[in-house]
Amino acid sequence: MSHAASVHSLWTMSADAPQKIPAPHIEYAQLSPTLIVLGAAVLGILVEAFLPRRSRHPVQLLLTCVALAAAFAAVVALAAGGYGTGKAHAAAMGAVAVDGPALFLQGTILLVSLVAVFTFAERRLDPAAHGRPVDSFAAQGAAVPGGRAEQDAVRAGFTTTEVFPLLLFAVGGMLVFPAADDLLTLFVALEVFSLPLYVLCALARRKRLLSQESAVKYFLLGAFSSAFLLFGVALLYGYAGTVTYSGIADVVGGNVRMLDPVLAGTTGNDALLLIGGALVLMGLLFKVGAVPFHMWTPDVYQGAPTPVTGFMAAATKVAGFGALLRLLYVVLPGLRWDWRPVMWGVAIVTMLVGAIVAVTQTDVKRLLAYSSIAHAGFILAGVVATSPDGVSSVLFYLGAYSFVTLGAFSVVTLVRDAGGEATHLSKWAGLGRRSPLTAATFAVFLLAFAGIPLTSGFAGKFAVFKAAAQGGAGPLVIVGVVSSAIAAFFYVRVIVLMFFSEPKEDGPTVAVPSPLTSSAIAIGVAVTLVLGVAPQYFLDLAGQAGVFVR
Amino acid sequence: MAFPLLTLTAAVPALGAVATAAVPAGRRTAAKWLALAFSLATLALAAVQLVRFDPDAKGPFQLTESHAWIADFGVRYELGVDGIAVVLIALAALLIPFIMLAGWHDADPQESGSSRWRPTQGFFALILMVEAMVVISFEATDVFLFYIFFEAMLIPMYFLIGGFGDGAAGQGDAGAAAQRSYAAVKFLLYNLVGGLIMLAAVIGLYAVTADQLGTGTFSLQEIVQARAAGKLDIATTTERALFLGFFFAFAVKAPLWPLHTWLPNAMGEATAPVAVLITAVVDKVGTFAMLRFCLQLFPEASKWATPVIVVLALISILYGALLAVGQRDIKRLVAYASISHFGFIVLGIFAMTSQGQSGATLYMVNHGVSTAALMLVAGFLISRRGSRLIADYGGVQKVAPVLAGTFLVGGLATLSLPGLAPFVSEFLVLVGTFSRYPAAGIVATLGIVLAALYVLVLYQRTMTGPVKEEVRGMPDLRARELAVVAPLIALLLFLGVYPKPVTEILDPAVRHTMSQVHQADPKPDVNDVEAAK
Repeated sequence: MSHAASVHSLWTMSADAPQKIPAPHIEYAQLSPTLIVLGAAVLGILVEAFLPRRSRHPVQLLLTCVALAAAFAAVVALAAGGYGTGKAHAAAMGAVAVDGPALFLQGTILLVSLVAVFTFAERRLDPAAHGRPVDSFAAQGAAVPGGRAEQDAVRAGFTTTEVFPLLLFAVGGMLVFPAADDLLTLFVALEVFSLPLYVLCALARRKRLLSQESAVKYFLLGAFSSAFLLFGVALLYGYAGTVTYSGIADVVGGNVRMLDPVLAGTTGNDALLLIGGALVLMGLLFKVGAVPFHMWTPDVYQGAPTPVTGFMAAATKVAGFGALLRLLYVVLPGLRWDWRPVMWGVAIVTMLVGAIVAVTQTDVKRLLAYSSIAHAGFILAGVVATSPDGVSSVLFYLGAYSFVTLGAFSVVTLVRDAGGEATHLSKWAGLGRRSPLTAATFAVFLLAFAGIPLTSGFAGKFAVFKAAAQGGAGPLVIVGVVSSAIAAFFYVRVIVLMFFSEPKEDGPTVAVPSPLTSSAIAIGVAVTLVLGVAPQYFLDLAGQAGVFVR
Repeated sequence: MAFPLLTLTAAVPALGAVATAAVPAGRRTAAKWLALAFSLATLALAAVQLVRFDPDAKGPFQLTESHAWIADFGVRYELGVDGIAVVLIALAALLIPFIMLAGWHDADPQESGSSRWRPTQGFFALILMVEAMVVISFEATDVFLFYIFFEAMLIPMYFLIGGFGDGAAGQGDAGAAAQRSYAAVKFLLYNLVGGLIMLAAVIGLYAVTADQLGTGTFSLQEIVQARAAGKLDIATTTERALFLGFFFAFAVKAPLWPLHTWLPNAMGEATAPVAVLITAVVDKVGTFAMLRFCLQLFPEASKWATPVIVVLALISILYGALLAVGQRDIKRLVAYASISHFGFIVLGIFAMTSQGQSGATLYMVNHGVSTAALMLVAGFLISRRGSRLIADYGGVQKVAPVLAGTFLVGGLATLSLPGLAPFVSEFLVLVGTFSRYPAAGIVATLGIVLAALYVLVLYQRTMTGPVKEEVRGMPDLRARELAVVAPLIALLLFLGVYPKPVTEILDPAVRHTMSQVHQADPKPDVNDVEAAK
């Protein structure tokens, strides 16, 4: 099979030359952000295994924060070293791209995760149980709620600190996901970040049944979408004879570099390309929660522990849209006229369904879930712009949106009654009278979601709509504006409820958090306002990062 | 670098808002005085603007400032004032201290231990915040900059309407709170939808300029110059669509029939000073923006839409006046009267004659002052009796003659009695309209007749006749209240007799706008009138 020697990639090279297997050439320095995070995750597991229970929490927290900060420093160093612009290339034998969008998204994911860790580590919101401080997590996700195993675990004081390595593994996968430059890397990254998330979803300490249900739902639907994606990958391999992005793009563009006799019958078969491309897109659209692949979002957002929801809503979206952008802009640009109408449709339906269904929601977490669907639609409007402006606007939007989301879910963790978090909207009535600061903070996040000027939400929305309008997607802008108006209705409804309704007698109280959650919320507010008032620096950054390597 | 006077005029109230909000809970009175001091400082800066402004200078804008802001969006921080803006800034800065004085006790927390959330600091900080945003939207010559504050203004306004009631509703506290929050939400959603539609047009404008000029821009002057030089050629349909997007937002804000229905709710439920803030200060941004942005950015489309807009304005005039006649609630009556008056302003703007536009701009000022006088006195009256219903009053002039007298003057100004300020502007609008659209001018005159009806009937029912039992012990105007009303009435008299100082500043700006739209005044020609028949 020596004639296929030109299709070397990280995944196929050993099959090509069985007689001598050279070590693959890996640029470790350029992959350092991912390696640091995954290494720290492994260390975290060792900590779980060998350290006494009492000291695990501080050690894990420190380890996680240091790892994420170090990885972020590595990203900054790579970007400063020109890997975002001039030196951008595909590392690890074409498996992982090191370019502007990848570094920008990795930086965003790392910062978001760092802030999310603060909410993971919060242990002051609930009163201590059995003399030990508790966080939002259960020690044994699989134990029957209220059953014997669970009670034993609580009594024995099993710790819940394995959430930190789980988070790190998820972050590691998310770092690779938007940088993946071949389809198999994409799939592996998808699984690496999805599996820890399934587990994390099942770990809520309160409302165990809801939490387990959400995990099962997420897992089953996630498994489906992974299967779709993998099937699509197989079809695309059949079409192009390679899984690398640039290889497929070449075949799509008509410059076939090689022809494997085994695949001669299928190479260049447009049916395979269209079906395969559609299946891979489906898998990615599932992850970003676009309609009609959004069914899991409200249930999972509601059932998962709120810190996890915040992390998932912010970071998964960043990673998912990163991968989607790369696929559409690098692999399938030659197919623009085929996928643009479809993506138009998906964007329109996503915006409208997210906004309209959110109007009827009565649970804060479900409301935010539907709002995140509507926002996925707005981002898609930027994705279909098919211009460098479109890429940079999406990058900017993702950065702006993820901090608003994280902040909003952090506030949700604070509003509590006897049953844990009081997420039913009716309980939020009059919150503004009882705790003006908390309510005002949440109002800032809601206004940012609604896209009111002087918040990051407005700058982001303007950026994507502008790119869409210039890319000839005027109707999308109109639909976007209409759904923004619908969305404004339910954001405003929550504000009305908080500020202008009489507080209930048995209303929830606002827990006084430790500096961890406070700083997570403060960072959220700061980023929201700074990106709203002075977005130029970050727009520049996103603009410089707008070119994919091929 | 020149002294940033315009930035400062907007920054002072903004800083004041932050400072006022930061005053500790126990120091209510200090917060009030602090807010008043900041509003007076703003007034001083607005006065400096008036002095430094040279009506005869060349060029459309003066005291300009320009800095890079968001280069990616083609947005610059560009400020500048023309005669219209400088006068309206002065009006806003003048009214805010009176609004504060009139609402001095409106936001005091109730001692009875009610759970109502109405911190005084918030009330005064929000008023200053609105002032800052109104001032900067009058100053902005960058469409995007204007849009940002035009929209952001809604949020403090929304909290002012929804958070502070006048406690004069009959159906218990919970019902009143529900009504108030309904009014606030209605206000916000109407204006937000208008704003979002404008956002689509703003983005469209960017796409057009980016397409033809290479780099997108929002600078009003740059766009106007590019159009004059033929470098920017907006297709007719595009121009019309963009015009409609902008106009829709301004017509909601102004408000123009049939987009007006939020105003009676908002003005009825808000406290009287907040109602004045809405109608006399914030809504002026809408009519002002029609002149500055609709006409100058889209002259051809403006002319195209004129017939429809004139008809809508006429409907506003008559519909507002008719509904005002039928109102049982004093504040809603004033709200409908305002709708009628905004009809006159829009009519004057789109009559496309220099008399009409001069009249309309002068009308903005006069309407601000006269509505403030009428509404604030009405607020004092309502706070005494605890009811907004006209039927609950009677014979007030025997008990509180000064209150009744000032109420009458405010009312007479509203019905445009000669000798009071609004007469001059209403007359100019009618003459200006008549010279181009005689029929419209005649129909609009009916609005004046109806105005006489609703004002005089209101006065008759509340102030004359036998003294009602509940009114008997009513105190007359206090010193603070008199200090609010007297200057406003003096101003009404002064501008009614001698409007020249204001018109001198306004007229060059109006002429400039007219030239932008390529409109000349129609010649008063007997044959034309004959032909029209």
